[in-house]
Amino acid sequence: MTAFLRNSWRQLTSMRTALVLLFLLAVAAVPGSVLPQKGVKVEDVEAYARAHPDLAPWVDRLWGFEVFTSPWFAAIYLLLFTSLVGCILPRARAHWRAVWARPPAVPRNLDRLPQHAAPADAAGDAAAAAAAAAARLRRGRWRVAARAEGEGAWGVSAEKGHLKETGNLLFHTALIAVLLGVAVGSWYGWSGNRLVVAGPDYAFCNTVQQYDEFTAGPRVDPAALPPFCIELTDFHARFLPSGQPAAFRARVAVDGDGRPRREVPVAVNNPLRLDGANAYLLGHGFAPVLRYTDRFGRAQTTAVPFLPVDDLSTGEGAAKFPDANVDPRTGARDPRLQVAFEGLFLPTVPDAPPFTRSAFPEERAPGVLLWAYRGNLGEDAGIPGSVYRLDQAAVAAGALKQVGEPKLLRRGETWTLDDRTTVEFLGTRRWVTVSVRHDPGQVPVLAGVAVVLVGLTGSLFGRRRRVFLRFTPAAGGGCQVRAGGLPRTDYPGFADEFSQVVAGAVGAPAQVRDRGGTD
Amino acid sequence: MAALSDQLLVATILAYLAAMIAHATEYAFGHRSVVGRAATRVPQLAAVGGGAPPAPESTPDHPPVPATAGSGGGSAGGGAPAGSGAIPAAQAERWAGHAAVLATVLGALAHLGVLVTRGLAAGRMPWGNMYEFAVAITFVGVVAWLVTLARRPELRHLGLFVALADVLLLGATGMTAYTEAKPLVPALQSAWYLVHVSSIIVASGLLLLGVVPAAMYLIRDGYEAGRRSFPYSLGARVPAAAALERLTFRLHAFAFPLWTFAVAAGAIWAESAWGRYWGWDPKETWAFISWVVYAGYLHARATPYVRRRTAAWIAVIGFATMLFNLYGVNLFFDGLHSYADAD
Ligand code: HEM
Repeated sequence: MTAFLRNSWRQLTSMRTALVLLFLLAVAAVPGSVLPQKGVKVEDVEAYARAHPDLAPWVDRLWGFEVFTSPWFAAIYLLLFTSLVGCILPRARAHWRAVWARPPAVPRNLDRLPQHAAPADAAGDAAAAAAAAAARLRRGRWRVAARAEGEGAWGVSAEKGHLKETGNLLFHTALIAVLLGVAVGSWYGWSGNRLVVAGPDYAFCNTVQQYDEFTAGPRVDPAALPPFCIELTDFHARFLPSGQPAAFRARVAVDGDGRPRREVPVAVNNPLRLDGANAYLLGHGFAPVLRYTDRFGRAQTTAVPFLPVDDLSTGEGAAKFPDANVDPRTGARDPRLQVAFEGLFLPTVPDAPPFTRSAFPEERAPGVLLWAYRGNLGEDAGIPGSVYRLDQAAVAAGALKQVGEPKLLRRGETWTLDDRTTVEFLGTRRWVTVSVRHDPGQVPVLAGVAVVLVGLTGSLFGRRRRVFLRFTPAAGGGCQVRAGGLPRTDYPGFADEFSQVVAGAVGAPAQVRDRGGTD
Repeated sequence: MAALSDQLLVATILAYLAAMIAHATEYAFGHRSVVGRAATRVPQLAAVGGGAPPAPESTPDHPPVPATAGSGGGSAGGGAPAGSGAIPAAQAERWAGHAAVLATVLGALAHLGVLVTRGLAAGRMPWGNMYEFAVAITFVGVVAWLVTLARRPELRHLGLFVALADVLLLGATGMTAYTEAKPLVPALQSAWYLVHVSSIIVASGLLLLGVVPAAMYLIRDGYEAGRRSFPYSLGARVPAAAALERLTFRLHAFAFPLWTFAVAAGAIWAESAWGRYWGWDPKETWAFISWVVYAGYLHARATPYVRRRTAAWIAVIGFATMLFNLYGVNLFFDGLHSYADAD
């Protein structure tokens, strides 16, 4: 049993397994780009499910719509990282030893090494020459060992380039740090999206209930989000004559976080950084302000965000007045007299019909094209419908009936319906969508990636190599010098470095035997 | 200015086409004996089968051609004796070789002109959309190739494939991805975006250059193993397999950290633009795939028992994933990367 375990471990931590797992990881990521992903765009997943009703449940069962959080994707990277740990630990131990060990003794036959040289004889006895060479090499930041070899001969071994293995270990360890950072982010991170209309009446505070969408990691206490409130005070979009966006700028007021209320700019690449969360500007649009005056003369005003449907800021939305036509004296409500408008908003109404598409994304000649409905909005049943559309089932069932023909209203214009009630288009307000996020893994991941880069550079460009020198007493005084060099890694320039190092170490240009004996 | 840029693109493609033709001519005029010698380690003089006298200047300073030193192509075309005894052929070869390099340099200048005029026309750095991006990447590839060539002239025969790749990529880009010159959309107005895209361009250009020796290594290796059927027959005129393999590794070793940095810079930018540093958008997913495949290449290259052919294949696959990210993802998937709009 232990033999089996040990064998499996050895298999798992082998380089071949690492290669196979890396390859698997790459292949496993492919469906994540081919299939729509819940984490990227839920709408696309729903569209896919409608288009492929037979296939979609199977894809879903195999986690095809959430590849990157699927068990099989996790299995691959967890195995890979286990293999990585198993790889790093023994290598780190071996490297630690190698760093502290003395460079190995000079090989007996230097001529067999890839590089070898026979510099000029050195003056003095072998021990002194070896000591001088060792000192020079140390100055060149080589790790040096000088050993007496018997019969008066001395060997000097020098080694350089442990940086390569250090870098490699650093790099692989940092990969683990990155993975842990990602994990921390997904456990302790949260994010919420919210559409904010400009103005103090639409400000929101950082609580789960106030978000349109909210997701949080398993370790987040939704009741303990950091407190702050955000109000959109201004939004400005600038477009080129071609209609291409040139700049989006918002100003928001922040308070409720223990500091005084302040106004700060927010832009697409310039998020609002708060204590414990950041707010990012994602989308923007117009909210037409409509005033409906009912049969009892009671007026209600609302700014309804219309969602953009094209690049020209044409918006689509619905204004609902469920409390319309409630008798102010008796309080009696007739559910058949609720009122709603569905329509299109055009920041720039074109000169000629059809008035269904804006002519320019900026507000130059705004207008709303409205369809009026009266009847039961179908919302009393407590099932919240979309705020941007009417309940189509109620329209189809005849509970909600269209009133008159659709009508285009310019700013300030009033439309009087058949029952003498009126709707007025007062103007617009801007809205933005903000994403508020907290990802505590972000900084560790960034630090990890920085170390990955440093380690990677050391690993790829570091070069481990050894240089050996042997000083043997020569017959006529002084000593004979022999040198050898061994690159431990692929290193095309080693020959040049070798001859320079040898020359530097023995204090004379290398390979100049013919000048021999002069020093 | 934008029109000038478009005309320069045509000039660039034509120049690379000329370089390709010149390289092909050089290839065609080449004499097999040079290669035969390089491949089989037979000293130069002994292989002059046709009995023609060696070109006078070649003998003294050209020792036997070693099989590994990457000199299979002969040095600058002129140093090698003519196998068939046809000196004019050697001259034609030399002229074709010089013409090819000249055409590449002229092409590169026009290529630079395309980018500069584009940038001036749009009033920003010329890499705001897929079209400009692809033009910039190929430019980096050509410049890196010219640098390599200046340092290792014996690799010149690879130029045919560099020019071929450039013509194909630029042609495909011009036809499928052409975009009017216009300023950046707000999401791209960030310093990190500049850092991200410029480093992606340099890294991709190097990887584009790196796939050439990788593919040629696969061909040459088969050729040296005795295969003579179609793709391997191309191996006749390229440097020795070992030299190609080493060049492949060095280019990838250089490009990989840069690519890593580029992806990281993109993540930093994504954080400030979209609120998350990584979201598995199709482009991010494919960047991840390429990164993992190239990490696999470096592993395979560093592992003694993995064959070098296998490693080279991984490098080729890695490049295929890069190409897919550059073209396929932009065209097939809709993601957040706004320069992906190819229309
Ligand atoms: C998380 C996945 C991994 C990634 C992204 C990765 C990436 C890399 C990269 C890019 C290199 C090249 C650096 C160089 O050549 O020095 C490398 C080298 C290396 N990796 Fe990994 N690695 C991973 C997992 C592993 C595992 C699981 C092992 C052990 C089985 C391993 C062992 C090695 C070794 C020994 C080298 C050095 C090769 C040499 O001698 O140059 N790696 N790795």
